[in-house]
Amino acid sequence: MQFSESIFATRFNLSRQDLENYLADALSQGGDYADLYFEYLLTSSISIDESIVKSAAQGVSMGVGVRVISGERTGYAYSDDLSPEKIRKAARVAAHIAAGPSKVDKFDLCEGAHHNLYPVLTAPTETAFSERVELVKRADRAARAYDHRVFQVQASYADNLRLVLVATSEGVLTLDRQPLARLSVAALARQDGGTPQRGHAGGGGRVELDFFLKEKTPEHFAAEAAREAVTMLDAVDAPAGEMTVVLGPGWPGILLHEAVGHGLEADFNRKGISAFSGRIGQKVASELCTVIDDGTISSRRGSLNVDDEGHATQRNVLIENGVLRGYLQDKLSSTLLNSESTGSGRRESYAHIPMPRMTNTFMLAGESEPADIIRSVPKGLYCANFGGGQVDITSGNFVFSASESYLIEDGKLTRPVRNATLIGNGPEALKYVSMVGNDLRLDEGIGVCGKEGQSVPVGVGIPTIKIDRMTVGGTA
Amino acid sequence: MELSPNHLPELAQDVVKRALAAGATDAECTIEEGDEFSANVRMREIENLKEAGSRGAGLRILIGRKTGASYTSDLSPEGIALMVRSAIELADITTEDPHAGLPDPDEFGAIPGDLGLYSPDVEALDTELKIDTAKRAEEAALSADPRIVNSEGASFDTHVGRHIFANSRGFSGQYRSSYCSLSTVPVARDGDSMERDYWYTMARGFAGLESPEHVGRTAARRALQRLNPVKVDTQKVPVVFEPRTARTLLDNLFEAVHGMSIYRHESFLAGKLGEKVASEDLTVVDDSTVPGLFGTSPFDDEGVPSRRTVVIERGVLKSYLLNTYAARKLGMKTTGNASRGLTGNAGIGHGNFFIQKGVQTPEQIIAAIPDGFYVTELMGFGVNIVTGDYSRGAAGLWIRNGELAFAVSEVTIAGNLKEMLLGLETIGSDLEFRGSVAAPTLKIGEMTVGGK
Repeated sequence: MQFSESIFATRFNLSRQDLENYLADALSQGGDYADLYFEYLLTSSISIDESIVKSAAQGVSMGVGVRVISGERTGYAYSDDLSPEKIRKAARVAAHIAAGPSKVDKFDLCEGAHHNLYPVLTAPTETAFSERVELVKRADRAARAYDHRVFQVQASYADNLRLVLVATSEGVLTLDRQPLARLSVAALARQDGGTPQRGHAGGGGRVELDFFLKEKTPEHFAAEAAREAVTMLDAVDAPAGEMTVVLGPGWPGILLHEAVGHGLEADFNRKGISAFSGRIGQKVASELCTVIDDGTISSRRGSLNVDDEGHATQRNVLIENGVLRGYLQDKLSSTLLNSESTGSGRRESYAHIPMPRMTNTFMLAGESEPADIIRSVPKGLYCANFGGGQVDITSGNFVFSASESYLIEDGKLTRPVRNATLIGNGPEALKYVSMVGNDLRLDEGIGVCGKEGQSVPVGVGIPTIKIDRMTVGGTA
Repeated sequence: MELSPNHLPELAQDVVKRALAAGATDAECTIEEGDEFSANVRMREIENLKEAGSRGAGLRILIGRKTGASYTSDLSPEGIALMVRSAIELADITTEDPHAGLPDPDEFGAIPGDLGLYSPDVEALDTELKIDTAKRAEEAALSADPRIVNSEGASFDTHVGRHIFANSRGFSGQYRSSYCSLSTVPVARDGDSMERDYWYTMARGFAGLESPEHVGRTAARRALQRLNPVKVDTQKVPVVFEPRTARTLLDNLFEAVHGMSIYRHESFLAGKLGEKVASEDLTVVDDSTVPGLFGTSPFDDEGVPSRRTVVIERGVLKSYLLNTYAARKLGMKTTGNASRGLTGNAGIGHGNFFIQKGVQTPEQIIAAIPDGFYVTELMGFGVNIVTGDYSRGAAGLWIRNGELAFAVSEVTIAGNLKEMLLGLETIGSDLEFRGSVAAPTLKIGEMTVGGK
């Protein structure tokens, strides 16, 4: 898409000259760098509960964020009114982070080429609601049909289409059109009036609506949610204490997101407050572990053609054969660290200051057969699915909650166990990885990462791995 | 009292009229307007300053028993027209729901009087004063002890907003609110051990804040007490939650008495009204009428007056928290707990949700424990409201012979909320409102600590 054809030019009458003028305003007090982030966001959501489509909503929001960097300082202002006077006002407010004469008088904005990772012709947000509402109705029917013990089903579908324009005082002018869609299903099962159990599943990506009709159907997610709920009816108390833990492939990759991903974000390391600060080149995992953050995987939820600072995303090696290789950098941290941006500058919206964030974080496949990994464990826990996780980047301690897991006894999966939290320490936990499977799988596309109050969509992935020692927070 | 100096209440009523003219049988419009400011300092220097204002409108309509919703940040005539069209369009794809609808006519209203939600001094604060207040808090932390070697910074934030709600049954209301907050996050180091913690203060007006020096010193003390932690053995012991972590148990309890969870049978408290569900020392109240607090408002997000609801009285479950929809599903009356963002069907929120304080001080509670775990931080999301299963990451201090003996981290605490509520042995006297959810120190007789 060319700037001249974008909604920002056609509907909001922005010209290149306007953008250059706003950048000049932003740097009028002597700032070193400025950028403008224009956003036009369309959202829709539909949900079904008790087989009744109880809510459907759609909306539009738009705005511009103006950032000025002066040394280590950032000034930020935004406006949800795209009139020239309001944008100029925001630029002048942000400008005041600096104090001095303007150092720049000319900008030459240049539209560069970038990835085309989600060549979606018609975004789901642009399709008829009558098609999208069928997704939640089908999910509801399929989850109920899965097993007679399923007695409650909720399904929700949400999509959005984000149009962004980034213009920087370094001459970058980028546009992107970012579609995103997600379907999720939660099912409750109960046996003979006993305690209900819940199962959930969901997924999506930067895809066309066809994805839910051909690749991952409502029936697929519904069956997953119902199966998990029914499985948990037989769950026994989870064990407590240190033991061998085997993680199944896919979403359990959230381990990497919490254990190492956040701790490798450059802002924390620049400030020396991460447990990984100053550890580049050191061994932080077993040599079987290579961990990647890759924003360039086609159609994935965590992928972006350009980050929210106008920089192309890329594939970043975080840990290579157990050795810490690099941090995730945004504009500010890379400037202060004399490094390069890794295309990791992200923000929730025009109302937020960008910072280093993950995209799709995963571990490369190893050579072990998944079945051999399980067979090698006399006594331990196998985790097939997880809820959320959290990390304290300073101490390095992280947690994630197992929503579907099984006891391993004599090399076999036996009873399902009740929900339990697993806890470990980032720079230590991956040193105990003793087997890595050949079955790398990325998650189905449902992750949301929160940092300092900002939420962004992300992906994770992992093959089956065996961790010799990890603390499991059960009661038995 | 100042009446609307702007046109937003009229705009909300106009949106409702337009929706009715477009075919809606009922309509509700919410408008939010706000100004935010934030100053962050780190290592004695300004790190960032942020300032902006924003507003948005949301609409929910009914056509008979079918509903549709929309929102916009574009309040121009075209933006409003699109919002109305969007909501009407969506009623076409939703299903007839016999329980959908606005509150009964006799339920609308607002509690009168000044609720102390808005303090004009917040808007008048000088930028230099805000930056200086943040710097003082960080400085107090940095200079508290030589082991405070680093900082994630300090921030001073203000927000001033206006909330407007109108519906097709003639309700129209608005209120202004303000808050300011100050927080700091120091980092302590001793050898290889590095730990951080935070402290904060929040108030409707500047005068209500704790001093920056108190905030900084408290944060520093908290970070220091976490240094050189031990991972203890797996065992069952008494667990004491300090107020900051005790509050999270109330967050869990709120989910369990949430009307939507109740009618879906996805709460361990569903169907338990009138039964003993907790120790008889426990009384839990939701009160949206206390002037100046953060959970206070004149009316809820359906235009129903705010009120005080006793949720648990001396261990007996007395009431769920309901909006109109959940109340109709359960054959009950709304408790005035409707809550929504700009758009969509009303959800359920709490007002000031708190545990009535007991008589023992935290020191007395700790002094009575020979061996136990004093929890100062909880991590993760391991709480299952359907079953009550509870398993979270934890850090804190070990209690030995009635005293806080050493730091503990990288452990879990686990149990089941049903048993934890019944096993509440002591409720502290140290109740304080630092937000809309408040609890004093709590002691639970026994939980599993997962460690080595």
